[in-house]
Amino acid sequence: MMSDSDPPQSPSAPTENGHNTGQRTQSTVQPLNGKPRPSLPPSVIDCDIHNEVSSIELLMPYLADHWCDYIRESAFIGPHANDYPRGAPTSARPGSMPANGGAAGSSLQLVREQALAPWNTEIGILNCAYRVQSVKQEDLAADLATAANRWQIDEWLTPEPRLRGSLVVPSRTPTRAAEEIHRFGDHPQFVQVVLPVRSFIPYGNRFYDPLYAAAVEHDLVIGINFGGAPGHPPTPVGWPSTYLEEHAGMAQVFQSQVISIIAEGVFDRFPELRIALIEGGFAWMPSLMWRLDKEWKGLRSNTPWVRRAPSDYIRQHMRVTVQPVGAPPDPRYILQTVEQMESDSLLMFATDYPHWHYDEDEEAWPVTLPEPLNANIWHENARSFYRL
Amino acid sequence: MTRVVIAKVWEIPPGGRKIVVPFRGRAGIGVFNVNGRLYALRNICPHKRGPLCTGELTGQIAADAPPSAYDSDLKVNGEGEVLRCPWHQWPFEIATGRCLVDPEVRVKTYPVRIDGNDIVVDLDD
Repeated sequence: MMSDSDPPQSPSAPTENGHNTGQRTQSTVQPLNGKPRPSLPPSVIDCDIHNEVSSIELLMPYLADHWCDYIRESAFIGPHANDYPRGAPTSARPGSMPANGGAAGSSLQLVREQALAPWNTEIGILNCAYRVQSVKQEDLAADLATAANRWQIDEWLTPEPRLRGSLVVPSRTPTRAAEEIHRFGDHPQFVQVVLPVRSFIPYGNRFYDPLYAAAVEHDLVIGINFGGAPGHPPTPVGWPSTYLEEHAGMAQVFQSQVISIIAEGVFDRFPELRIALIEGGFAWMPSLMWRLDKEWKGLRSNTPWVRRAPSDYIRQHMRVTVQPVGAPPDPRYILQTVEQMESDSLLMFATDYPHWHYDEDEEAWPVTLPEPLNANIWHENARSFYRL
Repeated sequence: MTRVVIAKVWEIPPGGRKIVVPFRGRAGIGVFNVNGRLYALRNICPHKRGPLCTGELTGQIAADAPPSAYDSDLKVNGEGEVLRCPWHQWPFEIATGRCLVDPEVRVKTYPVRIDGNDIVVDLDD
């Protein structure tokens, strides 16, 4: 039933679940409650675009005969962490499912049309969420990572020079992860190693040192990304009952990792290490900084290797992508949050394509902030952090 | 300059302390004997005005390096050079008054001298 308040929609436009999908890249719908569309920034770097492996069949050409046989014989469908349950309407933006039936985010053509074109994106950083760490067979996990990385080179990085990639690594066995980083770390389009935020040991633990050492050696960022399936609950208090709880609660998993990484001295062991927090939101960051700094003062004797206030380490070594923006009722609160982090350098623009966090392209970053903060968020912070 | 006799020298042996609160005064001062040297601190923590000089004495907890695969290299350097405020555990270096977790924070120190058998602190008025 159309009412007067419905946005104009041409009758022939394709729709999905009531959403106009045909004009997604050239929206005529009034965005931002009728406010004029802000002009595009001169340069855009998108720090979170997902390239999904639709099916393990795609990796078969890169796997040894033994694994192909094993996969067929055991009907193994690949590591499916179910971070964004395929088919759940909130998992994919309307119109992002390829016509041939692959997963949302699996089509380079759609990424070009829906993620790169709307902002005339200069550089897009892929975060392949193929969770090989969930595979308990160590050799298979390592070979799946190699296969996924070769597939990324062939199907994404080589055909599209605007894209940069994130290495998939078997992080449950850090020495094997380091081997994988050495294998591809000097490829000019790999700029990052992606780790799921849900780990089976916190990322500050020295267990991961071989992985971090390899990342530093090849000057790669560690990207900690939403999701993962390590086998224990996604909350510290047990298993949640609903997807809502897991999805919204992922912000606390990010905080657990930040606390661990700083307290265990990762940045003291690897002073060159850079870590991007991807898809975890950012509005929680000021309160975590305050809390960590406060408790560190009284409890510094627990971790005497932590030589500066924790928030200093965060500001120096970490960056945070903007989507999903925890949509505050007043967009001015976003500026307040940035001010509370006491740095113009921490936020990096990201669409998190194809995950569905906003309706219109203009809402991907819903505020225009004062310069130079505005330009920093759209491109400069990512350019210097990833050395693009 | 007000000359305050805090104690006789034998009252504060190494590792000992004496806190003196003047008549109708406020928090007073604490005099510490750290390995034979005397130091006087104001008995007010610059953080939240806690009774700093009543806190626990310790050394400087240190690690030459962050934890490695082999160990975490934790040690206590010295004994009694560091005073932790009993309220929020902020550590202060007794010799300088410097707060070890915040270089902006410092507790007031006073010169101490021995005059005959007396330990004397000169307060600036």
